[in-house]
Amino acid sequence: MSNDIFVITEHMDGKFSDVSFELVGKAKELASALGGQAVAVVVGGGVSSNAFASDSTIHVDDAALSQFNPEAYGKVIEALVKEKSPRLVMFGWTATGMDLAAWLSARLGVPCAAYVKNIGADLTMSCQAYGGKMAADVAAEGDMAIAACLAGSFPVEAGQGSTAATTIASPVDLSSLKVKFVEAIKPAGGDVDITSQVKLVSIGRGIGGKENVELAEELAGKIGATVSCSRPVVDAGWLPRTRQVGKSGLKVKPKLYFMLGISGAPEHLEGMKSAELIIAINTDKKAPIFNVAHYGATADLFEVAEAMLELL
Amino acid sequence: MNIVVAIKHIPSTADDLPVKGNNVDFDSVDFVLNEFDEQSIEQAVLVKEAVGGTVTVVGVDMIGELDGVLHLALAKGADKAVKITGDDPAADSHQQAKWLSEAIKGMSPNIVFAGVQASNDLDGQIGPMIAAHLDMPYIGGVSSVEVAGDSATINKEFAGGVGAKYSVSLPMVVGVQASTKPPRYAPVSKVRQVAQTATIEKVAPSGDISSGLTFKKMAPPVVTGHAEMIEGSSKEVAKKIVELLKSKGLA
Repeated sequence: MSNDIFVITEHMDGKFSDVSFELVGKAKELASALGGQAVAVVVGGGVSSNAFASDSTIHVDDAALSQFNPEAYGKVIEALVKEKSPRLVMFGWTATGMDLAAWLSARLGVPCAAYVKNIGADLTMSCQAYGGKMAADVAAEGDMAIAACLAGSFPVEAGQGSTAATTIASPVDLSSLKVKFVEAIKPAGGDVDITSQVKLVSIGRGIGGKENVELAEELAGKIGATVSCSRPVVDAGWLPRTRQVGKSGLKVKPKLYFMLGISGAPEHLEGMKSAELIIAINTDKKAPIFNVAHYGATADLFEVAEAMLELL
Repeated sequence: MNIVVAIKHIPSTADDLPVKGNNVDFDSVDFVLNEFDEQSIEQAVLVKEAVGGTVTVVGVDMIGELDGVLHLALAKGADKAVKITGDDPAADSHQQAKWLSEAIKGMSPNIVFAGVQASNDLDGQIGPMIAAHLDMPYIGGVSSVEVAGDSATINKEFAGGVGAKYSVSLPMVVGVQASTKPPRYAPVSKVRQVAQTATIEKVAPSGDISSGLTFKKMAPPVVTGHAEMIEGSSKEVAKKIVELLKSKGLA
């Protein structure tokens, strides 16, 4: 049993995600207090792994790991964790972390906390629960824990460095996997790139139906903006995924982010909280977006939009 | 093909959540179907319609009110409904995943669907944990599933429209983020008809497990800022917003 903090980093197309650096930075702080090491774990090739400010970096390379494969990556991480017995295993609460953290928890019988925003020196984890409506502090029993952390929780710079990685072969046999990577899926081309837009009119569930998207498009047209949206609008088939802002969509930083009927769930905020001017219209005065927006109104979005059209 | 959908009845976040001690007061909240489970149920029915088989929807009955959700799933095309009589509003993901896995084992599933996440997944999601218990591969964040014979082609979403296609030897567990098509609508009349005729199988919970998490505090987050609220009628609000935009050269 060590006092080391493991960070399971993630990379795509030769680049590490920001959350990987955030976690390594935090791991350094925690490890130092525990008298252990912050260990960056890199799984898969095609990336320069001497990128972290970790105390050490383990790079597991194997042909079967060249693309993210939850089965292969899970087996490798499980074997490493069993061998090294770190005090804490940190994942990003991301598309990859969400495939691995809870799985590892059930496999090892080790507690796992998700939606983690902060970790105290005593390893108490502060989590954003219930769609951001509650903040929970939890402690893990036992001598190992797993923390799946929200991107954007810690500073990126603290994790950036040049620690030389030790490259090792896979600690487990990866010759008979049930999951096989077939091909990458690129974003659908031909639609506007919302990340390059200066002004966005963003619609949420509150827009009610596909037939009402036109109203937002008209308003956007009047002010030289483009229409974007939250995830439920895409899932309902009202707009293509290329317009989606948020954790599983795109990150935008426009001069204007005008929101109609979006509640401001954490997953959406992750994609737009750095916008310069955020104006939110939502009938729910307790909508979390009002804690983040610069200006807000609890008004009927249709009435406001129609009235704005008459004035513009 | 035996298709299983594991659903989660979760505390509604529509209103403020009541707190008792260091956790949510689970005895005082409404429970609703996890929003991602709507996608999950739809994806399962689409697979059945494509390749045949039966869809069994199974969930832990947290507060004795799961029947309505199960009837809705049946009205949308599921064939069987099973409720695990957990009767424990505080049962966490670890506990539910264990009970669900024990129940699902006997169903000899070829594919198990679960919503990719739920807002009360403080200790992780049930999908990956069910996969661990059943020793099946798991892929989450899935937006497309096609089954052919004993393998499935899965589209996993990363961020911003980037994704990856995988081929998986069944059985497997899928964490559904979005179904290939938006969830279908089941008319109230159909749901009512199902409620009158359907039998819901009851299964006793089996396998106690703890998440190993101790709750030290649960409270609404400390909010450091708030929007400047624009008051007035919709017309007045619109006027002020247009003025604001114009003053900043944004309109």
